[in-house]
Amino acid sequence: MYVIVAGGGKVGYYLTKALIAAGNEVTLIERTRRRYDLLQEAFGDCAILGDACEVNTLEQAGAARADLVAAVTGDDEDNLVVCQMAKRKFKVKRVIARINNPKNESTFQLLGIDETVSSTKLIYSLIEQEVEVADVIPLAALRRGHLEVVEIAVVEGAPSVNRRVRDLALPPNCTLAVLVRGETAEVVQGDTTLQAGDLIMAITPSDSVQAFREAILGGVVPTR
Amino acid sequence: MHVVVLGCGRVGATLAMFLETEGHSVAVIDRERDSFRRLGVGFKGKTHLGIGIDDDVLRKAGIERAGGFAAMTNGDNTNIMSAQIVKVKFKVPRVIARIYDPLRAEAYRELGIETISPTLLGAGVCRDFLLDVPFRRVEEYQVPGHGAVPVPRPRDAASERSG
Repeated sequence: MYVIVAGGGKVGYYLTKALIAAGNEVTLIERTRRRYDLLQEAFGDCAILGDACEVNTLEQAGAARADLVAAVTGDDEDNLVVCQMAKRKFKVKRVIARINNPKNESTFQLLGIDETVSSTKLIYSLIEQEVEVADVIPLAALRRGHLEVVEIAVVEGAPSVNRRVRDLALPPNCTLAVLVRGETAEVVQGDTTLQAGDLIMAITPSDSVQAFREAILGGVVPTR
Repeated sequence: MHVVVLGCGRVGATLAMFLETEGHSVAVIDRERDSFRRLGVGFKGKTHLGIGIDDDVLRKAGIERAGGFAAMTNGDNTNIMSAQIVKVKFKVPRVIARIYDPLRAEAYRELGIETISPTLLGAGVCRDFLLDVPFRRVEEYQVPGHGAVPVPRPRDAASERSG
């Protein structure tokens, strides 16, 4: 895969390193001379000096044949312009923008840049999970984070123990998918009766994680 | 008409004062309070401290009832982003962004954002004066490479700070 990385700060540096190590062809674009010198030491001709917001620079980097452009500078507006230029001017199929201000995520979507990564938001959501639902382990986000695949352990004393799944007061659109009991996994049915020690994989709307936790564990604080 | 001007540099401040003199209501946004001094003591419009890619700041400046928006900061990308937000999200009828980089200005004009490149305009007007040929219409100065002024080569352009 041919990847263009815009912005040679710490994120761009380590991203380029990882991409090259994984066997990809990479061009890293850095605007400041001082930083570029350092990057050239590390990456040789894979690093180029220039402003990735400019048509000429992207052309020089071969944007027209790039499979992916990742804009990871520290400025959201720069990342937006790089992605828009890549997408519209050079028809790059996939563009990813780093976002510093989480508020900009919806703006980027509105302006046609769908794939964004915000470290501020990621760290914040980790902190939130730690505080509120430490015993519900997020496994994956679906539908741009509106749905979550989570894991929860049914512990001794929880209100769901010895109850059938259909009798639980689960929040709307929350589905118990797979149950791991001992060494076996089974698909959860309405008449499946939960036991202490069961591990459940469930899909829940992100804003119902807390309600989901209460339906399974109530006020119990697990000790694992 | 209510107009929001982003960026209170020399151009932004002068534009704000022009519009006010002509009887329009004007709100100026800048991220440095010091910049508002350029507006002079007679300026009666509103000034707002903040960044122009922030919805809340734009709302405070009255973007929802604005008939026009001008992005005049010295950062091309800030101007591009705010102009798009104002056009797409707030649907302000007349939106213009100042973009120094001629090629970027052209690219965004193709994407439907009205842009003005002071680089092309300034150089073009000065050239026509020096060569003693008649001045042209503004649009004619805005086309890079079309006989107006040479477009900077990549290396020259790369050394310019832009954002």
